Amino acid sequence: MAAVQVIRSEWTKIRSVASTVWTLSLTVVVTVALGTLISALSRSQYDRMPVRERLSFDPTVISFAGMTLGQLAMIVFGVLVVSNEYGTGTIRVSLAAVPQRGTFLFSKIAVAAALALAVGMVTGFAAFFLGQAMLGSLGTKIGEPGVLRAVIGSGLYMALIAMFSMGVAAMLRSAMLSLGILMPFFFLISNILGNVDATKKIGRYLPDQAGSRIMQVVPRIGDDTPYGPWGGLGIMVLWVIAALAGGYALLRKRDA
Amino acid sequence: MIEAVGLTKRYGDKTAVYNLSFQVRPGSVTGFLGPNGSGKSTTMRMILGLDNPTSGTVTIGGYPYRKLPNAPRQVGALLDAKAVHGGRAARSHLLSLAQLSGIPARRVDEVLRVVGLQDVAKKRSKGFSLGMGQRLGIAAALLGDPQVLLFDEPVNGLDPEGILWVRNLMKALAAEGRTVFVSSHLMSEMALTADHLIVIGRGQLLADMSVTDFISANSADFARVRTPDSEPQLREKLSSALTEAGGHVLPEQDGALRVTGLPLPRISDLAHEADVRLWELSPHQASLEEAYMRMTQGAVDYRSTIDQKAGLQQPLPPGAQPPMPVPGQGQPGWYAPPPPQQAGQPFTAPTPPSGPYGGAPAGAYGAPGAPGAPSAGAPNPYAAPAPQGQPPVAPAQPPAAAPAPAASAPAPADPTQPKDAR
Repeated sequence: MAAVQVIRSEWTKIRSVASTVWTLSLTVVVTVALGTLISALSRSQYDRMPVRERLSFDPTVISFAGMTLGQLAMIVFGVLVVSNEYGTGTIRVSLAAVPQRGTFLFSKIAVAAALALAVGMVTGFAAFFLGQAMLGSLGTKIGEPGVLRAVIGSGLYMALIAMFSMGVAAMLRSAMLSLGILMPFFFLISNILGNVDATKKIGRYLPDQAGSRIMQVVPRIGDDTPYGPWGGLGIMVLWVIAALAGGYALLRKRDA
Repeated sequence: MIEAVGLTKRYGDKTAVYNLSFQVRPGSVTGFLGPNGSGKSTTMRMILGLDNPTSGTVTIGGYPYRKLPNAPRQVGALLDAKAVHGGRAARSHLLSLAQLSGIPARRVDEVLRVVGLQDVAKKRSKGFSLGMGQRLGIAAALLGDPQVLLFDEPVNGLDPEGILWVRNLMKALAAEGRTVFVSSHLMSEMALTADHLIVIGRGQLLADMSVTDFISANSADFARVRTPDSEPQLREKLSSALTEAGGHVLPEQDGALRVTGLPLPRISDLAHEADVRLWELSPHQASLEEAYMRMTQGAVDYRSTIDQKAGLQQPLPPGAQPPMPVPGQGQPGWYAPPPPQQAGQPFTAPTPPSGPYGGAPAGAYGAPGAPGAPSAGAPNPYAAPAPQGQPPVAPAQPPAAAPAPAASAPAPADPTQPKDAR
């Protein structure tokens, strides 16, 4: 009952601010455009690639290459959905209307996550088909083993990244602080930790490193990752649950 | 009905609200007054279950807010006019709140018309003035047609028309039997709007009384007396004569004297006796704002109000006049008399009754006619010669008229006390 009301209200809120349109359309445009571009470049560079790279050439992953940048817009979306309430003080009005704070927070996140999932799916499929078109003969097909899982997984990944950001923003409350931590983390730090040999063993358990495993179809040579595609997504889900639980615990306890 | 019992809120080692107990009853507007930072907004947030009290409870209709069934339909609140996403249109903002509370969308257009924002309903609230923001906040509070309404500083930033509108709105809501709790730091506004006052200072309850009680307890009558500017010694002379007669004399900045504890006719008589000409003798009433400021000022420095004679001489303008045993300007207690509970005699309390009349039983002369009689007779002899500019006549007449006021002098000295003590 209360949840239905919050969901309707949140849908109105999310529709009525420009930042939603901007961040989500930026997610689609950046991911698809960059993925298409890199796919086109990969095709022209394929002949000059070392054999080792050619053997692990994964056309699906190539078409999702734009996601590294596109996910940042998704993070901004997730952060703003939650921190807007705190930045403007509407959180007090909202919590006065819905004293059940858990219902409020999770209904709010459900609405934003559903929207992020829809946009993520559109982005994933668009990036995949445009990327494969660019790759031409090097490309793969949606019917190949593991490919559909990877494309749907890319949409799930986007939604989970947004939810993780919402959880972090619910804990930190400030958009500046949340973005200041999340943006460099996902753009730089996580990539460095996940690819440098010394930290790789820990780095691959980070949310985006584990989660992006679902988008791989062709295994890398010498890959010793101890989890599979769904296992990786599961690790990311655990991260999301932890962030949301932290946000809820603080919201429940804290003065609004 | 809102009921707070022993409400206390601490942030770290800072106590925002301490042991606050009060009731806000339906059917009247209850003003919630206090200076900035006195804990008004914190209290409001605790009422709405947004902040958890450190100790104590606050309930609405017997329930803590978070347990109140259908809370948004029972309670409407304006906490902060700026609590709106600037990029969201006014109507969308209200619509989201209505949906949150399960209120039909047509109610949104109704409240927009009530607050007069129907023409800017589709505009982003970013461009709103503070006054428009207040109207939007009031619209949000009215959405659920609630029985209990809380408004935190609703008139901030409103134009005079808007202030009048808010005032009438509050009264109308209360007249419909609702509970209306309005915070403000403007005593003058609350004196016009509220029926009941709750005053806090530094998080503690200072007063919980009806507005009429507050006015009768705190509004102070005083007389302004001005002697000729050219002769400062006359002022000194009059001042000591008035003090001797039991009056309380405070110098004003422009050289006039502020006299409490003596009725106007008596002051005139005393001036006449002392052979001091008067340029002005006028009745005044200290504003409620002053009384309120004194009350809140004394929240912690309450003792200094009583024991203020230590600083009496300091604030006098340099070289202006000899020091007089009166409180200085700008000090607590200067504007208005001390609170009634302190002495029960707001006007005369600070100065101990002195001189020959001091020992007389005060109540014995409680004849209301006594002050009236001299006022009818005595001022006229003065009033007539002065405008006509007949100095020779003036000295001649007073000796003739003198016996009458002098004889009745002991009587009016004391009637002031029962009169003022009311």
